[in-house]
Amino acid sequence: MTSNGIGIPAPLGLLAELTHRCPLGCPYCSNPIALDNRSGELDSATWARVFREAAGLGVLQVHLSGGEPAARRDLPEIVEAARAAGLYSNLITSAVGLTPQTLSVLADRGLDHVQISIQDSEQASADHIAGYKGASARKRALAAEVVKFGLPLTVNMVVHRANIARVEPMVDLALALGASRIEVAHVQYYGWALENRAALMPTREQVEAAVGQVERLRKIHQGRIVIDAVVPDYYARFPKPCVGGWGRRSLNVTPAGKVLPCHAAEVIPGLEFWNVREHSLAEIWRTSPAFNAFRGDDWMQEPCKSCALKEKDFGGCRCQAFLLAGDACAADPVCHLSPHHALLAPLAAQGADVPYNYRHL
Amino acid sequence: MDEPVAPAIADTAVPRLPRGVRLVHNEAQGGWMLLAPERVFKADAVSVEILKRCTGQANLGAIVDDLAKAFAGAPRERIHADVVKLLAGLAEKRLLEWG
Repeated sequence: MTSNGIGIPAPLGLLAELTHRCPLGCPYCSNPIALDNRSGELDSATWARVFREAAGLGVLQVHLSGGEPAARRDLPEIVEAARAAGLYSNLITSAVGLTPQTLSVLADRGLDHVQISIQDSEQASADHIAGYKGASARKRALAAEVVKFGLPLTVNMVVHRANIARVEPMVDLALALGASRIEVAHVQYYGWALENRAALMPTREQVEAAVGQVERLRKIHQGRIVIDAVVPDYYARFPKPCVGGWGRRSLNVTPAGKVLPCHAAEVIPGLEFWNVREHSLAEIWRTSPAFNAFRGDDWMQEPCKSCALKEKDFGGCRCQAFLLAGDACAADPVCHLSPHHALLAPLAAQGADVPYNYRHL
Repeated sequence: MDEPVAPAIADTAVPRLPRGVRLVHNEAQGGWMLLAPERVFKADAVSVEILKRCTGQANLGAIVDDLAKAFAGAPRERIHADVVKLLAGLAEKRLLEWG
């Protein structure tokens, strides 16, 4: 990462939430509880401008996400605009509602990579988690199309209470589908996932077994498939360096054009987010109040301020600090040095087999 | 100094970047970057010279010959070892294919 001359690093990635519309209802959806509606969505010309501005700022990869990005009829134009701006484009899709015909057009327009979410290796369970009957079969069929078109495929598997025992069959499924990469992503508790925390939370023993499995599978499949893991927070002793540090590596543009340092940032009260309809991306990255709120270490409190790891983990996640400790400037309670760390064990212990509150408008 | 043993790769093998892996130049990032699914690698000057030649046209032997010509002075064996080491490492991470 290099500086762009004014002491603020150049971002690497842009998460473009093209729409919040989605046929699935996954209870851990990372979208906010208050979803943007269709009428407020940015048009493709505005996205094209945002992509050009992003590339100028240093962004290398754009993640076309949602909701379900294929819910947008102008997705081919959007992919083409990303390519024209010189960005590497990654389509993050549920695969439901994306036809092989559209996929073929996207491949022609320069799409670089496809990521498909798979809810479980067992189809009935997968459909139950997605809240959509037949989703699993459609995902598998589209994965085959992705491979057929010669596009690299990542399978994203969100891991939680209902499927955590099946990490190995899920990796096997990803291999069978022809994926070159799999994300084993333990649920992070924001937005809808926080609403469903009890229903999703695995036990400590389950988490430890799953983490061990991933280590083992990585060795077995080295050179065949890349296994990336997003580790679970609530049983950890050290916080994650959330989004690589606030306003350091990435930006997130919502369907309506609001620019956030991370997808969950709107939960923090008092932050002022700017919109691409009113400002250039460079202005927003460099000078918007939200992006500067947690840069550097002026905002930090103890134990972060004097911590040797503050340049590494940046005090953990600001959203989680607010959600669990009630103060966005506090240490992330995941850290064993946080005075709020003891809050986590009882919250994790609330895990139970209760019904999901599916994501809905 | 212990040098890792270079894997045996035939001079006739043809290295190429697979679909989904691209070498791009970005001014704001200060140079050449190798882009792959969810991954970004800064390419140093030597890697860039090697990767630019991995077009799917030239084989390993030809790439080493070409580099030896471009960088007169460096012994061919040394260049061969450097190229194999870089490409084998990338292949391991699925950032490069052998044809």
